[in-house]
Amino acid sequence: MTERDGWRRLHPVSPVVRAGRAAIAIFIVLIPIVLRGGGNFSDSYVQLGIVAVLAGLGFVHWLVTRWRIDGDDLRIETGLIRRQSLRFPLAQVQAIDIVQPGLARVFRVAELRLRLGGASGGTARLAYLPQHEVEPLRARLLRLATDGEAAHHDLAPVEERVLTTVPTPQLVASIFVSDVGIFVEFVFAALVVTAFLAPAAAAGLVGGGAAELIAVATIVWRRFNQEYKLTVAAAPDGLRLRSGLVALNAETIRPGRVQAVRLVEPFLWRRLGWCRLEVDLAGRQKRKGEGEATRGQLRALLPVGSRALAFELLDHLLPDAPRPERRPPRRVALKSPLRYRFLAWGRTDAAVVTMTGRIRRVTVWVPLEKAQSLRLTEGPLQRRLGLVTIHVDTAGRALHAALRDRGRAEGNEALADLVGLARAARRAQP
Amino acid sequence: MLDPDTAWRTPSPRLLTLRRLEVGVVALLLSAGLFALLVSRSIAVAVIAASGAVALGAAGEYVVSRRVRAWGYAEREDDLLVRRGVLFFRMSVIPYGRMQFIDVTAGPLERAFGLATVRMHTAAAASDARIPGLAADEASRVRDRLAKLGESQAAGL
Repeated sequence: MTERDGWRRLHPVSPVVRAGRAAIAIFIVLIPIVLRGGGNFSDSYVQLGIVAVLAGLGFVHWLVTRWRIDGDDLRIETGLIRRQSLRFPLAQVQAIDIVQPGLARVFRVAELRLRLGGASGGTARLAYLPQHEVEPLRARLLRLATDGEAAHHDLAPVEERVLTTVPTPQLVASIFVSDVGIFVEFVFAALVVTAFLAPAAAAGLVGGGAAELIAVATIVWRRFNQEYKLTVAAAPDGLRLRSGLVALNAETIRPGRVQAVRLVEPFLWRRLGWCRLEVDLAGRQKRKGEGEATRGQLRALLPVGSRALAFELLDHLLPDAPRPERRPPRRVALKSPLRYRFLAWGRTDAAVVTMTGRIRRVTVWVPLEKAQSLRLTEGPLQRRLGLVTIHVDTAGRALHAALRDRGRAEGNEALADLVGLARAARRAQP
Repeated sequence: MLDPDTAWRTPSPRLLTLRRLEVGVVALLLSAGLFALLVSRSIAVAVIAASGAVALGAAGEYVVSRRVRAWGYAEREDDLLVRRGVLFFRMSVIPYGRMQFIDVTAGPLERAFGLATVRMHTAAAASDARIPGLAADEASRVRDRLAKLGESQAAGL
């Protein structure tokens, strides 16, 4: 348990930060109870007791947790009663994130989160480490992940080139005209109107729907918090993302780990010439023990920005990305009148791109070396019109490319084509 | 892709027997139940309801036989093709190198008929590919062959 044999502990304030987060959660649960006026204090004692127990457990957890870097593995030992010895092979690391919630910033600590690939892959979390140790440790882990044994000694910090930072006014504006934003504005307007017409009813609504209101506010807040001043920088080890207002996030997207890239252009954003660029990395579709904020979500590389900027960033992830220019046959307008405007696909030898969407336009790029399987589907309506859809599945969490509604001959040809290209791309992988 | 010379294999004919038996038993039970329930009220209604259930069963037999016949798989040089579905036709192409693991499962009824289901898993959840109703020895042959090919062609994420 000492520095001598390489075992390290987490920072002693870790249990405090963890319990603090639980306390905030309980506080949020308590608000509606207090608002409804049924302020039963014995309940609050129970809640406070829970916080105390959590803090106690957290302390024990800290006491029995230790970690070390062992050759090419990160090892974490934890658990008092059910002792766990976890071994995370660094070669499988997909990305290493630094996460720093607000409370952690107060105590100058940060969490290091290693995301591993593969069906059995999980997330290794070191929560929390002293702030000043996190960055060098991450650099060291990344270097171990890429070079194996080669670089145990630290090198000089690599230089990086900032590509873009999201301007805050634009981010705020974009949230205002986003789907969640418009929903919130609508609800808020409805509330104000109700308040004028029938104050009692409005008060009842606020009291009764407090939990829902808070939930929606949390979504908006989280989005703002996560994407505030999101900065993308190009470094030799990949694209570096930094963002956050209260909670800070820093992560590196390694080249060759991107499963799919998505460009989203909602209706109102299109009018303003804005779009959003997201990446999908390998990982299990559903995983436990990961913060709500990251579950099932895509990484926004560009929360809001111009198309030109989005394509510039795309070029860093997928050089020479194809453009969607192959339009579907005209009869598709009968089947999907709304989608027809946008449907298109394209490919190069290395990647495939598809465009679809009814109201918002969604473009997905999938590098063919990441294709896990290909599927051809044909529904009853499609059969009558002689259409098929080709899917290119990836190991990403949410995205795959679907060549919707192609003529049967074209579809069959594209499938054969893509199968061959995917095979070649797979073989060419190091 | 759909070369005419692709050697499609089909599940064991016993799968068809099993599926038809399942549908038949359910339809007969439903019909008998309806008859017993309604016979006290009016014999005519009971007979109509019971024959309705039988007709439904007959339709079910037709659907099931078409669905079972739609299953097919082909082992090609680099990938496995699995096709299925009548109304919603689906064909998956799963490269051997992408298979992470292969399951062979057999429920009690399947076991009674000497059948097993082979399921291939890739890192993508969507590529869910399975071949139901393979004869037990064919199932283990497929599993072993796929596992071997998967190992020799394995590719990283």
